[in-house]
Amino acid sequence: MKKSILFGALTVAGLAAGGAAAATLDDVKARGKLNCGVTTGLVGFAAPDANGEWKGFDVAVCRAVAAAVLGDPTAVEFVPTTGKTRFTALASGEIDMLARNTTWTFSRDVDLKFEFTGINYYDGQGFMVPKELGVTSAKELNGATVCIQTGTTTELNLADFFRANNMEYEPVPIETNAEAQQQFLAGACDVYTTDASGLAATRATFEDPTAYVILPEIVSKEPLGPLVRHGDPEWGDIVRWTLYALITAEELGVTSTNAAELASGTNNPEVNRLLGTEGDLGAMFNLDADWALKAISSEGNYGEIFAKNIGVDTPVGLARGLNAQWTEGGLLYAPPFR
Amino acid sequence: MTILTDPPRGQFRLSMLLSDTRYRSLTFQGIALLLLIFAIAYLASNLMTNLAQAGLSISYSFLASPSGYDINQTLIPYNSQSTNMRAALVGILNTLLVSGLACVTATIFGVTAGVLRLSKNWLVRKMMAFYVEIFRNIPVLIWIIIIFTIMTAVMPAPSAFRGDDPDSTMVLGGIAFTNRGVYVPGPLLANPIFSATVLNWVLVLLFLVGSWFGARAVRTWATAKQEATGLRPTTWYWILAIWIVPVGILLAIMGLHWQIPELKGFNFAGGIKIGGPLIALWFALSIYTGAFIAENVRAGIQAISKGQTEAASSLGLRPGRVMNLVVLPQALRVIIPPLISQYLNITKNSSLAIAVGYADVTATLGGITLNQTGRAIECVLLLMLFYLTISLSISAVMNIYNNSVKLKER
Repeated sequence: MKKSILFGALTVAGLAAGGAAAATLDDVKARGKLNCGVTTGLVGFAAPDANGEWKGFDVAVCRAVAAAVLGDPTAVEFVPTTGKTRFTALASGEIDMLARNTTWTFSRDVDLKFEFTGINYYDGQGFMVPKELGVTSAKELNGATVCIQTGTTTELNLADFFRANNMEYEPVPIETNAEAQQQFLAGACDVYTTDASGLAATRATFEDPTAYVILPEIVSKEPLGPLVRHGDPEWGDIVRWTLYALITAEELGVTSTNAAELASGTNNPEVNRLLGTEGDLGAMFNLDADWALKAISSEGNYGEIFAKNIGVDTPVGLARGLNAQWTEGGLLYAPPFR
Repeated sequence: MTILTDPPRGQFRLSMLLSDTRYRSLTFQGIALLLLIFAIAYLASNLMTNLAQAGLSISYSFLASPSGYDINQTLIPYNSQSTNMRAALVGILNTLLVSGLACVTATIFGVTAGVLRLSKNWLVRKMMAFYVEIFRNIPVLIWIIIIFTIMTAVMPAPSAFRGDDPDSTMVLGGIAFTNRGVYVPGPLLANPIFSATVLNWVLVLLFLVGSWFGARAVRTWATAKQEATGLRPTTWYWILAIWIVPVGILLAIMGLHWQIPELKGFNFAGGIKIGGPLIALWFALSIYTGAFIAENVRAGIQAISKGQTEAASSLGLRPGRVMNLVVLPQALRVIIPPLISQYLNITKNSSLAIAVGYADVTATLGGITLNQTGRAIECVLLLMLFYLTISLSISAVMNIYNNSVKLKER
């Protein structure tokens, strides 16, 4: 008798776990919190500040989604994930979405059964070397020892780049960023490689950032973006259009400071549709009419989030580059809100 | 008149499974076993179903696809176009290499420290106690990182060897200690007998094996002579010659010369590189586990009754010989079983390699391959299988050795 109860409980637990894949929106609403997977700590992108509060570029996406769905940007449970645990955490339903410098690739999208909901940062793998080496191009790195922060597509791009240029190298893959940095600073490796944004974030923490240069070659395309599980297209739509709302808001000049004012009605129909004063876009995916207003008010539009966390005035100091709006020569191009 | 009758022959009836004490326990054990198997099968199928529902169906096809990444220490030919399977194999060999090296050195450290801990010399005794207590009471991961960090911070970078008046120079004109590893001269053969390099070294090894048999024959002859005449002939120069001369002639014929490492570009080229991560991991595992082995050895020696030592001394044996001929052989019976656990610990602790960038199987199969393919469950299952296999193998070998040294009761 006892055994059958045990098995019964296991079965119910199994079914519940299986069912979690279906209606993520309802789960999040019932829970009152969004479970969002982030990095274990990368300054500028996702890291707890001195008060233990998560701050950063990827964190802002989580907060925007929480604001759009629950109306409260603080209703987020941040789940730190490593390069190894992130996909399992998402696939198993431990987190509702993953916003963690994750490169959109074919096999991750198709084979691992995830849905990338857009790109919030166009990145590429770069190389950082000490200035005193006198290296000006990655093509001069034949025979170098390369420290790698593992856990991304880094190792593969590195192998491809050196093979394509018929060069030799010696990889030193180290799991923790801190250890790899220490090796690089001690001169145990000549080169440090990871995504260019990560290099800039890492260099910002060095004692003397000016003694290191990031080489001009970007050896890969690294479109980073939030992702969700396959099997719940509605939830995917919510995350996707929340990101697009932030991008569109910048394009239309809607900021966290003027959003509330603009929401009382403007002459621009697209702004009205975005902020929910015209049409019923929110109702189409079961959210309030002012979902985008809440998302934008939480951390600001895309440009504000960028400037606040990783822009040129922050220690990370990244220029917009490819991540500028399409109207300014960048790649950010959100589909129309209508 | 008495009639002898045989006791009734046990006619087996089904009900006896419960009523007969001879069968009852078997019955219940059988039922319990069936229930256990059923429970495990149920949980496994439940797991598989839920994994499939979560989009995590188990598939090992990734093992045959190209790995796409490079590895810094490969004992077998490997490049980024090799399969994930081969990357795992490279990692397995690296794990075995560092575990094997660490087992040997940890034993040396441990036996030395264990014996010296019982020394009559106060300073030596206390120093060894200090070593044991310091090293076994700090987690091994911290030792690995500390040793690696000190190595990279203290040793010069290869660029320090550059220029007319370099900051660092090679030791003995051919060994370079850098913070990327130690570069030593590598042996090269000018006129090899076989075209495949490995076969030449196998030949050298065969010569050495031959020398071993030769040396043993000399010792047997010396013993026979001693038994016959009471005088042992001096044989050490014979044995030395048997070891050196044949191999020396062979190597001279093959034209052995040494390739000195040279600074080329960013790194030293030529010679043999013993990577920094390997050295740090090897040393950390040895010195950490050595502290545990020292305690095993001390316990083993103290388990031998003092009478044995006294008896040996009264026969006129010197303390060193008392230890080597009387105490240690008996102490081995106590030392070997816990030593097996320490060897298993070394093998398992070697999985901390990724902290210093050493490409063991946890770093290749369980690290980069897992990351790139996203096949976490499959990779981790394979890793568990590997460590289980290797640990059971070590246990088996050590148990055979234990059986050969344990007290023979006749």
